Amino acid sequence: MKAHALVEVRNLRKHYPVRGGVFGRQRDTVRAVEDVSFLLHAGETLGLVGESGCGKSTLGRTLMRLEEPTTGDVLFEGRNLASASAAELFTLRRDVQMIFQDPYSSLNPRITIGEAVREPLDIHRLGSADDRRARVDELFEAVGLSPKVQERYPHEFSGGQRQRVGIARSLALRPRVIVADEPVSALDVSVQGQVLNLLVQLQRDLGLTYLFISHDLSVVEYLSDRVAVMYLGRIVEIGRRRSIFSAPAHPYTRALLESVPIADPRKRRDRVPLQGETPSAVHPPSGCAFHPRCPLAAAVCRGEVPALESVRTDGDDGHLTACHRHEEI
Amino acid sequence: MALLEVEDLCTVFHTEDGVVHAVDGVSFQVEAGKILGIVGESGCGKSVTAMSVMRLIPDPPGRIESGRVLWKGRDLLAIDADEMPQIRGREIAMIFQDPMTSLNPVFTIGKQLGEVLDRRFDLRGAAADERMVEVLTHVGIADAEQRLSQYPHELSGGMKQRIMIAMALMCRPDLLIADEPTTALDVTVQAQILHLMKQLQQEFGTAIVLITHDMGVVAETCDDVVVMYAGKVVESCGVFELFAAPRHPYTRGLLDSILRPGRLKDTPVPTIEGVVPSLLQPPAGCRFADRCARAVAQCHQDEPLLATVSDDHLVACHLPLEVPPS
Repeated sequence: MKAHALVEVRNLRKHYPVRGGVFGRQRDTVRAVEDVSFLLHAGETLGLVGESGCGKSTLGRTLMRLEEPTTGDVLFEGRNLASASAAELFTLRRDVQMIFQDPYSSLNPRITIGEAVREPLDIHRLGSADDRRARVDELFEAVGLSPKVQERYPHEFSGGQRQRVGIARSLALRPRVIVADEPVSALDVSVQGQVLNLLVQLQRDLGLTYLFISHDLSVVEYLSDRVAVMYLGRIVEIGRRRSIFSAPAHPYTRALLESVPIADPRKRRDRVPLQGETPSAVHPPSGCAFHPRCPLAAAVCRGEVPALESVRTDGDDGHLTACHRHEEI
Repeated sequence: MALLEVEDLCTVFHTEDGVVHAVDGVSFQVEAGKILGIVGESGCGKSVTAMSVMRLIPDPPGRIESGRVLWKGRDLLAIDADEMPQIRGREIAMIFQDPMTSLNPVFTIGKQLGEVLDRRFDLRGAAADERMVEVLTHVGIADAEQRLSQYPHELSGGMKQRIMIAMALMCRPDLLIADEPTTALDVTVQAQILHLMKQLQQEFGTAIVLITHDMGVVAETCDDVVVMYAGKVVESCGVFELFAAPRHPYTRGLLDSILRPGRLKDTPVPTIEGVVPSLLQPPAGCRFADRCARAVAQCHQDEPLLATVSDDHLVACHLPLEVPPS
């Protein structure tokens, strides 16, 4: 089955200038997102995973055009978010919405949560006052909150409840794509499950497409249909969840999976963890950015940036990796 | 005799809204050379417990109301406050989630480590430098010499946590209290730091109290575990027993809500419904009763006490879970 691509990201780059000195001249460039391309299919969840500083959040924000892309395209049903005018962007934002990690910092503490959820409807002037009121009630119920609590303020709620408010607000305009940036990372494990269950149920009921950004591999495995792994601004591996977790082809993906502690003392491993830390995105290593930490690095890895290529598996299931030596693994 | 014995510890905070009973009758023991995990969700009192042991609770607003903290048989809560610095750092060291809160941003790493050597061991100059390089190399810091002249902001989070561990271990303490030491770190760096802590325990026989919210970290690192909920210990036992046969419904709920490999979105994640009760006016009876599927009338009235259910396994529950057939 070839699913229909709802969003196509093509060669997206986001560079930030590093300024310094008395005249604030540009000294350097942070290559936060470097030549990223992928498809987001209708109705799927694509998990975007990586460690801090790998560029996953910047990628999400650039895709939403909360950050101006340096180069590249983000096509939503043929319309380009990356080059859209302010007016076009206003319309496009109805279809593509975002959920943030900490709804406390994205909710205005001085307005009630009911107003916060209604705000997008007001801005986009959707329906009459009565329609909007009814829609807000409906949204509260959809995320498992009683419509009666609308008059309260964000600080009166727990983290999990605030995240429900954040989700309700993002759904107000009936978007088709949701970019969720670490939506459960600030929550305790018992509450995290509640929010994950809600996200799954909403996807099923509303046919939503998710780009789910997280550093947490267990959450990504649970929720995703496909997974993309980022390292220092680039996608190093992408494929179906099953292939990524059971047959990772990139040495970084393998190291990442091996680092996750297993909640079973009988499965304790005496492993030697991956050495070193993610290098700076200002002066990334030459060639494959992972080569200084890679146990398999060879001369070619220091010299050439590997391109994403198909991994040989049983048939073409779209499993790609950017590693010169993946065939030898 | 256990190295550290905490008995019936109660710590409160006086706030505008009233008195918060953050730690309410907590007891546990740490055996020499072992790693004890204290696990629980935010607000359960695990960090306040550690701060109370070290007598680092800011008073006011906090106050250690009662209890004993027996360190090698001596009650740390009863000794003179002037004696604490002798024990803190020298015999019991502590590291925190954010190393930036314990490193001074205006001094170099060498200056800060050097101060410890100067004060504790009367070591200065070239001899001190040599010792610092040795300790930093030991915790896996490459180019140790160069690091000594750097400031904390020039180092990554993982590097700073290594330096804190180095500083904590310079005095060869008998006990290291680590409060969420890897929570702010990436998963690959977390694996390195946990590996390092286990290595040090084996090498020097340092006992460790590891405070965490992560059951995976507990499973990989700890020998014994204390589970806390709403200011109380609800269960304590060896790590294998805890994962194989938890007896408290809260522990069971926590273990069930872990996303294990292979679990997919076709089946909802088991969750613990409801919220943690307010510690301003904790409910009578069991604090977990409102969220517990097994609760009966007694659970809402009488507080369950921590009692032995089998060898070295304590549970505070009127209706502990059955041991699953092995």
